[in-house]
Amino acid sequence: MRQFLLARGNSAFADRGFHWLMVLCAMSIFVIVALIVWQLVLRSQLTWEKFGIAFFYQSFANPETHLPMYWDPVNARFSALPFIYGTLVSSFLALLIAVPLAVGLAIFLTEMCPGFLRGPLAFFSELLAAIPSIIYGLWAMYALVPVLREYVDPPLIHWLGWTGLFNDENPTGLGYFAAGVILSVMILPIISSLTREVMSAVPNSQREAALALGATRWEMIRVGVLRNARVGIVGGIILGLGRALGETMAVTMVIGNTPEIHRSLFSNGTSMAAVIANEFTEAVNNVHLSALIEIGLALFIVTIIVNAVAQLLVWAVTRGTASQAH
Amino acid sequence: MGVGIEVGNLNAWYGTNHTLQDINLHIPANHATALIGPSGCGKSTFVRCLNRMHETNPIARVSGTVRIGELDIYHDATPVEIRRRVGMVFQRPNPFPTMSIYDNVAAGLKLNGYSNRRSLDDIVERSLKDSALWDEVKDDLKKKSGASLSGGQQQRLCIARALAVDPEVLLMDEPASALDPVSTSKIEDLIFELKTQYTIVIVTHNMQQAARVAEKTGFFLNGRMVEFDSTHKIFTNPSDKRTEDYITGRFG
Amino acid sequence: MREDHFRFRSRMRALTDGAVTVLAILATVVVVTPLVAIFAYLVIKGARSLNLSFFTQIPKPEGESGGGMANAIVGSGILLAVASVLGIPIGIGGGIFLAEFGRGTKLANVVRFTADVLNGVPSIVMGLAIYALIVFPKGTFFPFMGHFSALSGGVALGIMMIPTVCRTTEEMLLMVPHAVREAALGLGVPNWRSVLSITVRTASPGIITGCMLAFARVAGETAPLLFTALGNPFMSTSLNQPIEALPLQIYVFANGPYEDQHRLAWAGSLVLIALIVLAVSLVRWVTSRGVLKGAS
Repeated sequence: MRQFLLARGNSAFADRGFHWLMVLCAMSIFVIVALIVWQLVLRSQLTWEKFGIAFFYQSFANPETHLPMYWDPVNARFSALPFIYGTLVSSFLALLIAVPLAVGLAIFLTEMCPGFLRGPLAFFSELLAAIPSIIYGLWAMYALVPVLREYVDPPLIHWLGWTGLFNDENPTGLGYFAAGVILSVMILPIISSLTREVMSAVPNSQREAALALGATRWEMIRVGVLRNARVGIVGGIILGLGRALGETMAVTMVIGNTPEIHRSLFSNGTSMAAVIANEFTEAVNNVHLSALIEIGLALFIVTIIVNAVAQLLVWAVTRGTASQAH
Repeated sequence: MGVGIEVGNLNAWYGTNHTLQDINLHIPANHATALIGPSGCGKSTFVRCLNRMHETNPIARVSGTVRIGELDIYHDATPVEIRRRVGMVFQRPNPFPTMSIYDNVAAGLKLNGYSNRRSLDDIVERSLKDSALWDEVKDDLKKKSGASLSGGQQQRLCIARALAVDPEVLLMDEPASALDPVSTSKIEDLIFELKTQYTIVIVTHNMQQAARVAEKTGFFLNGRMVEFDSTHKIFTNPSDKRTEDYITGRFG
Repeated sequence: MREDHFRFRSRMRALTDGAVTVLAILATVVVVTPLVAIFAYLVIKGARSLNLSFFTQIPKPEGESGGGMANAIVGSGILLAVASVLGIPIGIGGGIFLAEFGRGTKLANVVRFTADVLNGVPSIVMGLAIYALIVFPKGTFFPFMGHFSALSGGVALGIMMIPTVCRTTEEMLLMVPHAVREAALGLGVPNWRSVLSITVRTASPGIITGCMLAFARVAGETAPLLFTALGNPFMSTSLNQPIEALPLQIYVFANGPYEDQHRLAWAGSLVLIALIVLAVSLVRWVTSRGVLKGAS
């Protein structure tokens, strides 16, 4: 059989071809991202030339009501301010709700959980992360919003209305608050699983050192684990923020889709992703289209930056301590 | 049938590390040649230069000539072609984990496109017999995976796999160092049988093993070949003091 | 005095410890509740609409009762097929490049970073980009451009699959022990054959897991399809026409005024979530059996 092998040749051609094919695949990832950026920039030129940077903060006067107006497709006057406001408000509200819960869950799973519960709970967390956005939106719209409207909003209005954040002339249950709540459910698994990861990467010797000094369990967690893992936890939180910023379907179904800015969390609002989803296929004119694409471009850039920062933080913690993981 | 190996002015580098310096020697055909020396002396690197495995490391470099039979392996052939003529058995047994015993032995042929069923059956049987594994696995050839065997059996499987390709030279890099004494002696018996058909180069840190199986022995130290002579002479009356120090256990 | 202080501090610490334990348990309950609530709601609302006609009929005109989501199910299948054909090979190829050819090089780091960037692109923005690239340009001679189409939707979903597949493939390939690669090369097997038949094959359970994860993720995506596949009330299998998809149909029906459509939306959601649960469970089962059986 050596004859057979001798006749096989050296396959240098096939090896080189294979190498270049793999390089091609890797390069196509570049090309795709480049194409996306190119198209977003190209198609938003119209509004960029028309409004410049003011697109992101200007407001127009509505002659009839004398209230600020931001989104006027018919007259081709556009400002991204209400969408930026809505995105930020709903996302930060989501973080406010999700972070304590996610960290609490992570603490429970890594430090306190009895062995038999750990697997199923981790599985549930994975399931939560895998549920599509549309199903969250559907559930939020039909199950969550009525519950908020009947049981959660009234007490909040009653007790915290003096802050100006909880007023509602026309209670529908929709608005920034509802969006924040459903977003918090959606980003909770991400924050929790990353927190768990960085907590697990803290070596046991840290925990033992704290206990040896007479710490209670919570003190051990606080000093021995959380303090070491906090950079990574912040990274996980920022990653959750990144997800919340770009979330579309669930938000658009409960936020009310009104391009206005109000202080009350119960008023209808909008978000960058929501307005694109709602108005794109029925855009009135080219400027309208361009405005929506420019919002998309802004969302793209912000999400990249946020995700990059998050990756850096998480990487810094898990890479450095991976060798010490227990 | 085995062929002789002629090494001329072989130098090897790992990055800036000059691992082998000016190696010259002649390895006789159809003999077993042992290479001994302390850890890090370059004997593994040397052997990996003989089948061009050294250059799979991106920072590795080689200069000099190695002739296997008539063939200058660095200038007249490609690595792939060379490795079909020079087989290798590694320190830790490494059967292919997803393949059965049969597929493991036949891998060198099947992965190169050989598909004649009956012929493969014969080749697999002969290789397993040559590596003294046939009787233990002949009923489970296609049912058991290569990884389910014991350590000693896995190594004999790797030997069978290397033999199936019918190489002219068989390189063995400390083949028994990860095995128990019973498996080790089985492997050594094998080498005795195989050297009549192949040229064998065996790297070992076990001097008794070298004395048992090899006709010629080379002593490596710090990247140089200090002495190369018949095994008997190396172990009873070495010419170089460094060799004597090593074999009497003064270092290494 | 000092003893009193000490006793007080101890009590406070014990109380804090207890309080935190309670809070942690509470947090866990709060997390499990939405999951259970969502499932329960879907089952209650959707189960009774899950009959044969759901899977075999297309939606009836507005206002009429009955009908199903057959066109959406078929549409999703076609979109996912296109997505897989695009996303899986490029993703695996990228992963092979990162693990086998580019390991440690600067180029590999840049590729990995770019894949992470691609992963972070919000799905709605992906829809925008594909709209601009494929759906918008008029007057080209390319057959699939210039209009809404199943192909554009499939492309959008396929691109979204790439980063997940690429990352998982790289991770799994890096786990294959070096000794296995050396064994293949030592036999005189050409590098391309060694990578494919030995390394990739050894890592294949893990790679398949990555593909399943990516598949499950894009199966539920709605936003990228809004301006690419667009939706289609009729059964269509053409790549060159708008096509319906399960999540898309659910969105439209849920927002509409008709009770019948709402029922179908619930049923569709139940089907979708059942698929997702199946995929996640399968992935977990495969990874728990050991990604590399007997490799190390």
